[in-house]
Amino acid sequence: MTTISTTHRTAVAPLRKRALGRLALPAAVAVVVGLVVLSLNVGVYDLNEETFGSEMLWITRVPRTAALVLAGVAMAMCGLIMQMLTQNKFVEPSTVGTSEWAGLGLLVSFLVMPLASLTTRIIVASLFAFGGTMLFMAILRRVVLRTSLIVPLIGIMLSAVVGAFSTYVAMSTERLQMLGTWFMGSFTSVVRGRYEVLWIVAIIVVVIYIAADRFTVAGLGEEIATNVGLNYRRMMIIGTTLVALATGVTTVVVGFLPFLGLVVPNLVSMIRGDDLRSNIPWVCVGGAGLIIACDILGRVVRYPFEVPVAMILGLFGAAVFIVLLLRQRRVGV
Amino acid sequence: MIEVRGVHKAYSGKTVLGPVDATIPSGGITALVGPNGAGKSTMLTIIGRLLEADAGTVHVGGLDVRKADSRTLARTMSILRQENHFVTRLTVRQLVGFGRFPHSGGRLTKHDHEMVNQALEFLDLNDLADRFLDQLSGGQRQRAYVAMVLAQDTDYLLLDEPLNNLDMQHAVAMMKQLRRAADELGKTIVIVVHDINYAAAYADRIIALREGQVVHMGTPAEIMTSAVLSEVFSTNIKVLDSEPYPLAVYYR
Amino acid sequence: MTLVSKTPAPARGAQAPFVSAPATASSAPELQATAPARAFDPDQRRKGLWRMAVLGALAVVFAVLLLVYDNPMEVGSDGFWRILQMRATTVGTIVVVAFCQAVATVIFHTATGNRILTPSIMGFDALYRVIQTALVFVFGAGALAATDGLPKVLVQSAIMIGFATLLYGWLFSGRFANLHIMLLIGVVLGAGFGSLATFMQRLLTPSEFDVLTARLFGNMSNSNEAYLPWAALLCVVVGTLVWRKRHQFDVIALGRDTAVNLGLNHRAEVIKTLVIVAVLISVSTSMVGPMTFFGFIVATISYQISKSQKHAYVLPTAALLGVVTLLGSYFILRHVFYAAGLVTVIIELAGGLFFLIYLLRKGSL
Repeated sequence: MTTISTTHRTAVAPLRKRALGRLALPAAVAVVVGLVVLSLNVGVYDLNEETFGSEMLWITRVPRTAALVLAGVAMAMCGLIMQMLTQNKFVEPSTVGTSEWAGLGLLVSFLVMPLASLTTRIIVASLFAFGGTMLFMAILRRVVLRTSLIVPLIGIMLSAVVGAFSTYVAMSTERLQMLGTWFMGSFTSVVRGRYEVLWIVAIIVVVIYIAADRFTVAGLGEEIATNVGLNYRRMMIIGTTLVALATGVTTVVVGFLPFLGLVVPNLVSMIRGDDLRSNIPWVCVGGAGLIIACDILGRVVRYPFEVPVAMILGLFGAAVFIVLLLRQRRVGV
Repeated sequence: MIEVRGVHKAYSGKTVLGPVDATIPSGGITALVGPNGAGKSTMLTIIGRLLEADAGTVHVGGLDVRKADSRTLARTMSILRQENHFVTRLTVRQLVGFGRFPHSGGRLTKHDHEMVNQALEFLDLNDLADRFLDQLSGGQRQRAYVAMVLAQDTDYLLLDEPLNNLDMQHAVAMMKQLRRAADELGKTIVIVVHDINYAAAYADRIIALREGQVVHMGTPAEIMTSAVLSEVFSTNIKVLDSEPYPLAVYYR
Repeated sequence: MTLVSKTPAPARGAQAPFVSAPATASSAPELQATAPARAFDPDQRRKGLWRMAVLGALAVVFAVLLLVYDNPMEVGSDGFWRILQMRATTVGTIVVVAFCQAVATVIFHTATGNRILTPSIMGFDALYRVIQTALVFVFGAGALAATDGLPKVLVQSAIMIGFATLLYGWLFSGRFANLHIMLLIGVVLGAGFGSLATFMQRLLTPSEFDVLTARLFGNMSNSNEAYLPWAALLCVVVGTLVWRKRHQFDVIALGRDTAVNLGLNHRAEVIKTLVIVAVLISVSTSMVGPMTFFGFIVATISYQISKSQKHAYVLPTAALLGVVTLLGSYFILRHVFYAAGLVTVIIELAGGLFFLIYLLRKGSL
């Protein structure tokens, strides 16, 4: 009963703004579309050039921009589900080690199967990400926590452990330099034929949209979930699988994208309140918009060279995160 | 003497205490009572300088708690809160030894050890002195903390719900020990208690708070009337004129 | 339970009241005789000192082994001495690094009231990296390339201390200063600093970048010889400071409320401690690069073996244990597995696994 009443209560706030909300979403989509067009036109190669102009557009610009949108949506949604499942606002793939695990999986796939296809690598990376996230969940269940703030701290320590292991493996197989380039999330090398798997993300988004409420209930804990007749374990495993898959795909194709899953859902719920289902489109739009903006910035700031998008995201994300934390501090935890 | 003048505290614009004026004379036990959220603990922690008031001043034994040297204050007044979490693994004796820190700065003298022993003795902790805190029950740990602030040997003792976690037997023993500390050692003790009957039985003065305001102040005899209590707690409370102290009845 | 129902012995408390005047000696003669002995617990003290002595001896053994083992040159020849000198630098580096990491982690744990996080998770090494990068960024490579002299060490330490004080002072200010929020902000700031440093490094000229890299990442076999004496001096100064504060650390470990009750300016002490940690970590980072879990293993084991939880025991135990672990693993990896380059990586890995096991076994945080 408690869960139902809270859902009602949180749903009241957005109701008031519904009229405004109807216009806001299309407006936001328009902004993102504008960014997409801008992104298509930024680059060293002149697209108006007679012979290869349109071809270049389809070989690099379109794939790159599509990959940006998909990866942005993927990471933002990952953050959203993880925050639902753990009921903790500070959790996302890069603060619980999911990304690091996926990276380790990718590294292992290169060592064990140097000739494997992109799909195989994605499966391996996703499997690692799944295992790592389950480990984190297991630790959360085992450990009695005095404050929710300790959750991301444990997660970050865990990812440091995995990072240490990756470094060891890479160093002893002399692949350390590759490690740095791979994992620094960047869309520089995304061309036709190397990004299409990212479309998996679209399926994930649909699943999340359908099951959003169940994830929230599962996040309230096994007892409450069982009480309202939800199979807790199944929801946990489905959620973790979705996160692992999305993280695995993005890690293999573009690398780590820190803070995206943290900043976007938090900003959305700050502005719109916690009505989950209606927030999902916003999270998607926000994730795509933020990453495209960061990518464009990375491409122009040292033109004609590129600064990896992950670096810009790291700076921006850290700043937003700290503002979020300070707000919480002012309110008093 | 503890003097509270115009103390005010708010969280995000919502007043939780004050403005409050109160004078607590030296000696004896003063109990802060009131319903949940009345500001009892807030007032106590502001007096004990663990929490900063938004406005107003507090003087304890003539020292302004915001301005006086913290170490000097620690030799004048000690405060114990309900929850005390820390990771260090300590024995009861070590914990009580920390009460001497304001006097000795960590290196215990012979006199310090004596004070520690007396505090242990006073709270009947001799047999537990060398046990680790995490091996104790909640009530035993509570006594160990009280022993620490006793060893601090301050004129003023502020205790935030010292009866929490204690069953009947231990709660009574704790109140008796505090009563002894006030009577035999001449301490000025201020406690927050939930159960009005403990205040009636042991305190010399009762300060009743409600919605951040001091609504009544007086001896147990003055406060323990049906009218006053019913107003303070917003519940129908009967007071039985029993011997040796009045008894509040409010269960149904 | 029976304790309280036993007839209480009010007599003694009554006879020797809690007044500041020295208690009358006659009141409790037998207690006086046993009191100091029980409080100091000679057994624990002896055990603690004994363990420190063993660790110290082990450290010396490993240091000597590292210096003389498998020296290809003839004893006493010119080359022999040269190799010895090079190895002495390595040993010195290891000792300094181990000391910094061990002491920094222990006092960081104390100040933040937790035992699972380590300073580097809170971005102390990133802070060092970003300051060094910013120096090159603003003043050019010359700022770092100049030889290490006292003025430069002083200026750099001053910048580091100033910046750390501002940062942690700000983080820890405010009426709702909350340790966990501060830790989390620190962690995120650390990540942000990392990005910022990398970003600025991308904007440097290659030659500036070279100078910077040499400064940022030393390693054990080949550390900056000229900087070592200064680093050691810094360690001695900071070490003395920490040692003098050892009793205060004991009190800080009891948490804010109790520390304030006992007359400590908790906030100021925590900020000071974090600044000390920043200095120690910057010394260590400049010599061997970032280390996350080494300090964690050393501190955690020290809490177990030093018997007493007093900093007077924990700090020296941790420092010695750190030196022994680092010297020992360097010796083994270099002379048994011929993998000297992997020392920090392997230690980090072992430390990481240790951390994982510790976390899974622990009941609450």
